[in-house]
Amino acid sequence: MSDPLLVVEDLETRFRTDRGTVRAVDGVSFSVDRGETVCVVGESGSGKTVTGESLTRLVPSPPGEVVGGTIRFDGRDLRRLSESELESVRGNRIAHVFQNPQDALDPVYSVGWQIREAVTLHRDVSTSEARARAVDLLDRVGIPDASVRVDDYPHEFSGGMKQRVVIAMALAAEPDLLVADEPTTALDVTIQMQILRLLRDVQAEFDTALLLITHDLGVVAEVADRVVVMYAGKVMEEADVYELFDSPSHPYTRALLDCLPGRGEGARAIGGRLPDPTDPPDGCRFHARCPHAVEACRTGDQPPMVPAGDADHTVSCVYYQPGYDESVVTNGRGPENDGSEVVDG
Amino acid sequence: MADDVGGGKPSNTGGAGHDAVDSADSASATDSTDTDSTDFADPAGPVDPLLRVRNLTKHYPITEGLLAREVGRVRAVDGIDFEVRRGETVGLVGESGCGKSTAATSLLRLEEPTAGEVRFEGEEVTEYDAAELKRFRRRAQMVFQDPTSSFDPRMTIGESVAEPLVVHGMTDGERRERIVRGVLERVGLSADDADRYPHELSGGQKQRVGLARGLVVDPSLVVADEPVSALDVSIQAEILSLLDDVQEAFGLGVLLISHDLAVVREVCDRVAVMYLGEIVETAPTDELFEDPQHPYTRALLGSIPRPDPHRRGSAVELTGDVPDPSDPPAGCRFHTRCPEVIQPDGYEFEQSVWRGVMDLRVRLRSGRFDDAVVRETAAEADGVPAAELSPERVAAAVREEFDLPAELGDDDAERVLSDAMSALVDGEVETARERLAESFGTVCETVDPPLDATPAGHEAACHLHGEPTEPGAAPDEGRAD
Repeated sequence: MSDPLLVVEDLETRFRTDRGTVRAVDGVSFSVDRGETVCVVGESGSGKTVTGESLTRLVPSPPGEVVGGTIRFDGRDLRRLSESELESVRGNRIAHVFQNPQDALDPVYSVGWQIREAVTLHRDVSTSEARARAVDLLDRVGIPDASVRVDDYPHEFSGGMKQRVVIAMALAAEPDLLVADEPTTALDVTIQMQILRLLRDVQAEFDTALLLITHDLGVVAEVADRVVVMYAGKVMEEADVYELFDSPSHPYTRALLDCLPGRGEGARAIGGRLPDPTDPPDGCRFHARCPHAVEACRTGDQPPMVPAGDADHTVSCVYYQPGYDESVVTNGRGPENDGSEVVDG
Repeated sequence: MADDVGGGKPSNTGGAGHDAVDSADSASATDSTDTDSTDFADPAGPVDPLLRVRNLTKHYPITEGLLAREVGRVRAVDGIDFEVRRGETVGLVGESGCGKSTAATSLLRLEEPTAGEVRFEGEEVTEYDAAELKRFRRRAQMVFQDPTSSFDPRMTIGESVAEPLVVHGMTDGERRERIVRGVLERVGLSADDADRYPHELSGGQKQRVGLARGLVVDPSLVVADEPVSALDVSIQAEILSLLDDVQEAFGLGVLLISHDLAVVREVCDRVAVMYLGEIVETAPTDELFEDPQHPYTRALLGSIPRPDPHRRGSAVELTGDVPDPSDPPAGCRFHTRCPEVIQPDGYEFEQSVWRGVMDLRVRLRSGRFDDAVVRETAAEADGVPAAELSPERVAAAVREEFDLPAELGDDDAERVLSDAMSALVDGEVETARERLAESFGTVCETVDPPLDATPAGHEAACHLHGEPTEPGAAPDEGRAD
């Protein structure tokens, strides 16, 4: 196997605020293979969005700053690149799609003009070639009558169609990695599925790796190959998507699954609040809300990532370290688990 | 009326006004006798529901020119009926643009409805004068989606929550403060939060304050428009269970507007599903989720991605966008996207092929069919100039575009389709449209189905549940379970 396309190690991004320094991303590591879909899932405040923005220095600076770690993309450390070198990566090799398509489109230019600009910025092609490419991209993302719609303006498209246009723009340079931050959250449920399938189709067609950032575990289950669960700036758990849903190991992941309506016996809220980001607690960041927390969870650093079951399944939880009994966590789920879920074959 | 907002109407639950809010025990005690008698009463019985909406309609005129001549109207809400009983939570769900929020604002007369009746506690809201309307606005409260933009950042939480009391004429500042502190505790905040400012609170906390502000005037109806969709999942569950708790404690009727079926399922007793300004199905929540009767409801339920990777790809996908509400389709408004649209008499199609034929027909009807585009696409795929394409190739390209097979299984149907294709290839779009329309007509595009009882026991507006007009119409064939 070749090296992963993207390897993030110990990423640290901080924001200086009046109330102190916010450690939005505090030592996060993960990797994405070519053509793979990795979902980063967490609540707002977990640092998932800042993680995505840190990759290509989209974090507003000041107040934000990537202060530590390495971001190896296709063999190069993006943190060491100059701004002009990074520009040849951003939008070209790594493209971003955000939650609100409205914000990504300029209302005064036709969508064709905007896609053409994205094409000519990264490729040396004539205007007519760029236009043909724009029509082709719109067609590929499922816009009917692409050769006519290419001259329409953003306001002439519905929300779902606008998001298709944004995806077409992101694909203009045939990027190796697409970073999509909540791409369907602003859309209706019937449109959401169209966009998810589109992302999956274009990913297969262009062999693009996808880093999808979301709070929605339904979306994760639909598209992910691998899942990274974040909480308060730290990675809590990482696993293959089937493994994660079949045997969630971190108490936070389990709590997240339990608060989904329609899974088990109704939604259960996670009590308590996210810790103060300017003054994170010692020990595991989740301990104040964790039903299983013991003394060891409240001291020292976030526990290291250790294997839980499967070799590719890692978890940052005291109970999975030698000398602790992980069944305290796995059995603590309550009676609704009896026979209702299909676990391993 | 001016000094005590609660004392205006003897039939009101909290005759004691805010003291009922102060001590929730007494509030629930008074209310429970009240709700028990109505909750289990026959809905058609003598007791009026808290809210009864009949034929509610809200059209927005589209005007043109200096004289604002009306050239059309957006039918945002087009004649809907529903009820909310005391102590009941009713959900109104649908996609964006279906008119659910307009339904809420027009029944509260935040916008004047175009037509319809709104009976609230036995009185006709649409006939209220200004003073009565003000009293009504106390008894019926609205909670909005975005907890940030609904607060003045320069007012403390306490001031914001007390504002409705001031508006409704409570002059005693100490009493206001006591009530505000009490209600903040009821929604799970601390009384001391009254002195904080909105920016000091999280989104979930702000939404709690939003709810507190609605409850502070002791209403009997709360209309909550997407109360949790701006919040994180983990917080959503908290706010929903809070909504449930206060609803029970205060004996409220709640109308919950949401695009999120999971949210509705969590808290509602009954649900009405809206599509393009109309209610297409209404049922007790469990029945709706377990045995949906309208294809639109089935599509909505089927398109939620499930948190289970083993069932990946099983979701239903609707084709097309929601049609323009200023020009809604004739017949059933959902027929332009319905996966279960009824087949024409005398022909046999696979349902998915029939959907493809309907997609073609809808496109021809819309005037947005452009054979030049089809030619261009085909020419590009084949690498030949568009002018050199054979008529057969163009026809095949049209079939491809609508996922139609090269030949239909039914010979009669195939004859009609190939006639239409030849016309299309010759650029005679109108001839093609007519050929298809006269042979492949369906009841779904001509007759607007009424909201009627279904075999499942609740109401849905769909021809699949009507009497089959001709033998062999096989109304249940398309059902996907």
